[in-house]
Amino acid sequence: MLSEPPVLESAAGPHTIINGKEVVNFASANYLGFVGHDKLLESCTSALEKYGVGSCGPRGFYGTIDVHLDCEARIANFLGTHDSILYSYGLSTLFSAIPCFCKKGDIIVVDEGVHWGIQNGLYLSRSTIVYFKHNDMDSLEKTLEKITALNKRAKKLRRYIVVESVYQNSGQIAPLDKIIKLKEKYRFRVLLDETNSFGVLGRTGRGLTEYCGVPIEKIDIVTAAMGHALATEGGFCTGSARVIDHQRLSSSGYVFSASLPPYLASAAITAIDILQQNPDLTSKLKENIAILWKGLSDIRGLSIASNPESPIVFLVLEKSTGSMKSDLQLLEDIADRALKQESIFVMASKRSTLDKCPLPVGIRLFVSSAHSEFDLLKACESLKRVAAAMLR
Amino acid sequence: MITIPYLTALTTYFSYGLLFAFGQFRDFFRKIFDWWHASNLEGYAPICLGLEDFYTRRLYLRIQDCFGRPIASAPDGWFDVVERYSNDNNKTLKRTDKISRCLNLGSYNYLGFAAADEYCTPRVIDSLCRFSASTCSTRVEGGTTTLHKELEECVANFVGKPAAVVFGMGYVTNSAILPVIIGKGGLIISDSLNHNSIVNGARGSGATIRVFQHNTPSHLEKVLREQIADGQPRTHRPWKKIIVVVEGIYSMEGELCKLPEIVAICKKYKAYVYLDEAHSIGAVGKTGRGVCELLGVDTADVDIMMGTFTKSFGSCGGYIAGSKELIQYLKYTCPAHLYATSISPPAAQQIISSIKVILGEDGSSRGAQKLARIRENSNFFRSELQKMGFEVLGDNDSPVMPIMLYNPAKIPAFSRECLKQNVAVVTVAFPATPLLLARARICISASHTKEDLLKALEVISQVGDMVGIKYFPAEPNKQQQDQQQQQPGKDTIKLD
Repeated sequence: MLSEPPVLESAAGPHTIINGKEVVNFASANYLGFVGHDKLLESCTSALEKYGVGSCGPRGFYGTIDVHLDCEARIANFLGTHDSILYSYGLSTLFSAIPCFCKKGDIIVVDEGVHWGIQNGLYLSRSTIVYFKHNDMDSLEKTLEKITALNKRAKKLRRYIVVESVYQNSGQIAPLDKIIKLKEKYRFRVLLDETNSFGVLGRTGRGLTEYCGVPIEKIDIVTAAMGHALATEGGFCTGSARVIDHQRLSSSGYVFSASLPPYLASAAITAIDILQQNPDLTSKLKENIAILWKGLSDIRGLSIASNPESPIVFLVLEKSTGSMKSDLQLLEDIADRALKQESIFVMASKRSTLDKCPLPVGIRLFVSSAHSEFDLLKACESLKRVAAAMLR
Repeated sequence: MITIPYLTALTTYFSYGLLFAFGQFRDFFRKIFDWWHASNLEGYAPICLGLEDFYTRRLYLRIQDCFGRPIASAPDGWFDVVERYSNDNNKTLKRTDKISRCLNLGSYNYLGFAAADEYCTPRVIDSLCRFSASTCSTRVEGGTTTLHKELEECVANFVGKPAAVVFGMGYVTNSAILPVIIGKGGLIISDSLNHNSIVNGARGSGATIRVFQHNTPSHLEKVLREQIADGQPRTHRPWKKIIVVVEGIYSMEGELCKLPEIVAICKKYKAYVYLDEAHSIGAVGKTGRGVCELLGVDTADVDIMMGTFTKSFGSCGGYIAGSKELIQYLKYTCPAHLYATSISPPAAQQIISSIKVILGEDGSSRGAQKLARIRENSNFFRSELQKMGFEVLGDNDSPVMPIMLYNPAKIPAFSRECLKQNVAVVTVAFPATPLLLARARICISASHTKEDLLKALEVISQVGDMVGIKYFPAEPNKQQQDQQQQQPGKDTIKLD
């Protein structure tokens, strides 16, 4: 099976130390370079001294600290929605939010490439689930047509479309404007997971809605994990007041679990403040992505499967070796060699046995705005060398 | 294990009936009112169906100010509660800038690590500067640091098992582990009062679920015999795997689990034991190692031990400890390990430091003092409350003590009156407890001094008289003070 993952000896910034050697780090989703940022460390330190580490209680029983309320208000303010709700773990955000609104008998149309958190939430909700082809709008339209034709008594049923803005498993970006048109035509509600696009896409980093020019009121529920662009932990969900208030009492990951540690909430507030004051972070990130794309577009044996504007650059094998297991083994060998010989830290994407996603595995590079041009060019050269050596 | 007096049951049913009738009345008027105004969501079914949030809108919102009270300081022995006010009859609550300093009887702060600690906090800030607040990556990619490795070894040593794996959130630990270790064709037998995370994990696994009566080993044996004889539903083939899930301390009852008997039964019928020590790790036992140490059960007999770090260690996250093969298997398949961001490095350092303090490895005896203090505090508080005539649940040595309220009107009365006198308590009602059995739950901490406890007792006694919850006759103080604290008759009360 797998070997032990490499052990880091310093912070997971654009450069990190593994086994005493300094390597360029492409395996941390540190899109805006906030890991190791001074202001963040300062606000965390003052929060630690004031509040201690943990919050020692669920939100309903004295676990609500004023930084949580401030953080929720800040996020809602930044995105332009009415209110938001904080979860203490990124993965549990979606698998608690979905069973809140979808019960047995409801219909959910979902992309087949969504990540495990969403799949688990759908399974727990016991609704009828219909998959459509990954990022294919014709397939989505056909599916919606079929469902509304079959179900004439659809007045009482709640119907949802679940998509991710930037797919974790492939790096594709969902065409939100087309989805909104379909949603209004067939009367479905949209649930959008903006984990990898919050702080990245759009002119000021407000995510996919700004990028596609869609007003955020049209999306019913927006969720995101904060462990990527904002460099803290936890997740949030935002939407209209009715949506958020309902979750405060019936979302199991919110009610029955301890709240987010206060220093992480204050780190999130500081991160959003910095993002709002420095909009050039997102443009630097876009430049970096473009450089990496150009460098890797002619690599032999691997092809880029992700969108040119997504911060996740996803390389898949041009010719699969037959089974997913042997593909994974080959990709891991490539990543291993890149680390040991070229000092470039990349990882192959892993799949759990419980994951039902049919997309191919590949090597995933997370681009950060803190990477310098030299780092990116070095990465391109190294990967070309390794791929040429390992893939004949 | 509660008998409710008939008169109280009658009045409680009557109160709920009245609230329900009022709620339906108002809903009826709301429907007529809405019929006049068209809505702009034509063609969409409402996002929350009528009956789903009936309880929220008509019952919960009336007493909303008793729950979710924000605080403005660390949840230590004394903390600052933020005052809130409402303009529209409790529908929305707004924060003010005023705070009141209250005694904290509600937070899970068993050993007093919630606030900044002299040994732990400098090390936590150190690791923050070294590793930053988050690794932004999963454990199998770029998220394993030297701190994580050290933490897992430390936890495995502390709990007494060969290996351990740590996750960033306790709830996810349960819900993501059960689907991995058991699937279709397996059987999960869980205690009827298990926590929501275990129920979610069991449902997500696809195995068959059976429930046994709370903390009754004889009923567990009966269920096991029936199920093994029947086999899988429909095919009647033997079960692939049987797991019995119990908790160390049940958080709504304050009771300890009858672990020795349950382990004996599981050994006899070859079932696996899964122990969830969320509230008991670090808080009970001579050196804080949990219910196994307290009840004298060998840790090798319990197959999977799970726990959380939120309560006694003042941090966040959960762990699973077991044999090396089990942990190796979990690291390769568990989705919470493969897909979720790894635990934040400062939180990991807090756990390591607090374990060192508990074991006395920091060079002082603060750990042993804390453990002794929490034991004394809990036993003293419980016996005093029982002497005053309150109905208190839970076993001796457990730091969680629920006081029965029953009637829905007494819940906000108790909570608000105590807050007026600067004591902050937690009250729990439906749906976390059965409908008739609402209660107030006290969590004792090692950072409470004797004066704090005496003040709390005084306030609770006063409020208890006002609200009328002293269901048992009070004992005369002078004679009983010298006698033993253990009163076996009071501790085990049967529930029908």
